[in-house]
Amino acid sequence: MEPSIEVSGLRKRFGPTQALDGLTFSVRPGQITGFVGPNGAGKSTTMRAVLGLDALDAGSALVDGHRYTDLRRPLTHLGSLLDASALQPSRTGRNHLLWQAHSQGLGGRRVDEVIEQSGLGAAARRKAGGYSLGMRQRLGLAGALLGDPPTLMLDEPFNGLDPEGISWMRGLLRSLAGQGRAVLLSSHLMSELQDTATHLVVIGRGRLVADTSVADLIARASADQVSVRTTHREQAMTVLARAGATVAATDAESVIVARLPGERIVALLVENSVPFSGLSAHSATLEQAYMDLTRNDVEFRTRGPEESDARGQA
Amino acid sequence: MTGSRRTIRSGEPDGALRTSGRSGFSTLLRSEWTKFVTVRGWLVGLLVAALVTILIGTVSALGGNLECTGPDGQICAAHVPPLDASGAAVPDSFTFVHRPLDGDGSLTVRLDALTGDGGALHDWAKAGIIVKQNATAGSPYAAMMMTGDHGVRLQDNYFGDRAGPAISVSDGLPVWLRLTRVGDELTGSVSADGSTWSQVGTATVSGLPGSVLIGMFVASPEQIQTTQRFGGSDSSGGPTRATAVFDTISGQGALGDWTGTRIGGSAGDPEPVADFAENGGTFTMTGSGDIAPSVAGPEGNTVERSLVGVFAGLIVMIVIGSLFITAEYRKGMIRTTFAAEPRRVRVLVAKAVVLGGVSFAVGLVASAFAFWLVGSIEQSNGKYLLPVPVLTQLRVIAGTAALLALSAVLALAVGIMVRRAAGTVAAVTLLAVVPYILAVASILPAGPAEWLLRVTPAAGFAIQQSTSQYPQVEAAYFPSTGFFPLAPWAGFAVLVGWTVLALGLAALVVRRRDVS
Repeated sequence: MEPSIEVSGLRKRFGPTQALDGLTFSVRPGQITGFVGPNGAGKSTTMRAVLGLDALDAGSALVDGHRYTDLRRPLTHLGSLLDASALQPSRTGRNHLLWQAHSQGLGGRRVDEVIEQSGLGAAARRKAGGYSLGMRQRLGLAGALLGDPPTLMLDEPFNGLDPEGISWMRGLLRSLAGQGRAVLLSSHLMSELQDTATHLVVIGRGRLVADTSVADLIARASADQVSVRTTHREQAMTVLARAGATVAATDAESVIVARLPGERIVALLVENSVPFSGLSAHSATLEQAYMDLTRNDVEFRTRGPEESDARGQA
Repeated sequence: MTGSRRTIRSGEPDGALRTSGRSGFSTLLRSEWTKFVTVRGWLVGLLVAALVTILIGTVSALGGNLECTGPDGQICAAHVPPLDASGAAVPDSFTFVHRPLDGDGSLTVRLDALTGDGGALHDWAKAGIIVKQNATAGSPYAAMMMTGDHGVRLQDNYFGDRAGPAISVSDGLPVWLRLTRVGDELTGSVSADGSTWSQVGTATVSGLPGSVLIGMFVASPEQIQTTQRFGGSDSSGGPTRATAVFDTISGQGALGDWTGTRIGGSAGDPEPVADFAENGGTFTMTGSGDIAPSVAGPEGNTVERSLVGVFAGLIVMIVIGSLFITAEYRKGMIRTTFAAEPRRVRVLVAKAVVLGGVSFAVGLVASAFAFWLVGSIEQSNGKYLLPVPVLTQLRVIAGTAALLALSAVLALAVGIMVRRAAGTVAAVTLLAVVPYILAVASILPAGPAEWLLRVTPAAGFAIQQSTSQYPQVEAAYFPSTGFFPLAPWAGFAVLVGWTVLALGLAALVVRRRDVS
């Protein structure tokens, strides 16, 4: 099936900054693609380039096989949410949707449908300037859904949502993907994509770092790791490390052991009279998988606190 | 939920590039219309623009309650010039020594002297021969004349003016004048010696009856002196008189005795008697007044004074016009707009059409209402307003609405480029309103003021000028008295030019600039 969004060789320079540096990836229907990278990695620039808002220095961005700027009634092809606060504060939420609907030849009935779908409810009749960020995200999502598009592109839609809102948003996005739609979802926090994205596009400094399914990524990160519950953590770590395992403490009562089969671990602990209460295959979180993936990528750390540590050691 | 999986495709299968042409633009117009009418502040702004336009005009009319009224509340006769056959106001006041002329004929005179009476001779003092329908002010005529400083001229029906030889009468060098009527055609000739004649021209005065009046006349218009300086202008003026001496009078076809009449005598002078003396065929006549089109006086007796508040409404429109676009840039909503319609120039055009249409409609209602209301107030105050043709009234009213609309669109175009409301409002107000205020409030002398009203968008205010400027009438033709350096449509074209230029630049900028 033809990709819903296909970008290739995107290059964009803002003054001295190379915001996009040959970025290539595609977004496919029926799944939620997480678009991840630290702040400043180029996620928003990529999305603006897809919408034709920023002119590219090189490369192409296609939606349904066409440049977005060549689409007629583009909101029926791609619904997007770039910045939930980009609205006229004195206009009501409903009227904010109404002008967008009218621009696509749609009417008030469709507006009321997406108001219902996004859970805006009675707030739609109030001025949007008084909305919380969470309400604005719902309004922005409603705008993205207006044209009933097969593809959605959302920039940090979880920002400002309360836990209930995050859960609601995840459910809605999953059901949209379940209907066969393509969803591109950007975030700078990997944990937000847990249980949501099934595919990941990871970028850093305008370049592609990884383009992988979430299942593969976690499986790789979790490979051959065993979690051991023990009240004698120090003792266990010493014994296992001496046998050649890589051991990491996770909390007060458990350690994670890699590069040692489960049977050997049990034997070693029994042999050395280290009490333990359980042994299980460890499953990495998406966050951990992401950290593994980017651990050796210097570019990811240029803005992080580890940078100063690295310099201190050098 | 695997069973509920469905295939989602675009609303128009395989029709991603299908253009819907005109309907595409109409949906865009509807979208921009929805944007405009869903911001209450802009609708209130429109109301404010209309109200200040009407209120300032009304207040200025109420403040000008200084005109005299007659015993029954009618306008003082002295303030009301007669009307010509077309309904235009025409001062028609002169000393006339005449006799009837039946059918075709001519009159030949020698003008020996034309001098100022009690002062310098006015440049546009007039003495010569006139053929006039009757002694009623405003009736049709043609006249062959010598002027104070504009040579020999053949004039007709108040507006017609042909120049002859640029000569003057001095002692010992008289000028011979002749006016010949053949049907509706009146031919003027001039001679230095009474034997060699040269024709100045032929005026056609249609509808002259068989029997008309023919004779000598003298007139001398009001002297107007205007001093221009920074911060204001001083105008002073008063009536002048001129004395003419005619002799060697001969005619063909004329009958009867000479009668002296003062045409267009002032009120309280029930039997106007001409000031003339005859002595052995030499007529010495003294006269005052003018036979010419009426021009607006510095007291502001023009219909467009009712729209004096438009400059304030214009500032409000400029604010609305700039906010219509800069509000989108302020919070980044412009990205949503261009996501909904990626063809940005079309968005710009749709915005201009909606904004221009709305502000034209509101401007039309406001200026028509102000025109009617202020006109009524001034008339009930006994103020005389120069009559203007209906088409001119419509041009003033609709032109004022267009002035508001174009200024709003100019602000929109500048707003696209500047992207900030304050800067846009300041720039457009400075270009389109400030020059007008500097000029009409006499803050600048006439020279710089007129220059500003030629080159800035404020030239568009000329569309409000209802009366014309005539070379053969000396008057205070300054912006402060309601006269613009450019003709109404020429001034309007300057504003249109600015707006089109700004829209063109805005289109270039909006196409090329990233929307981030």
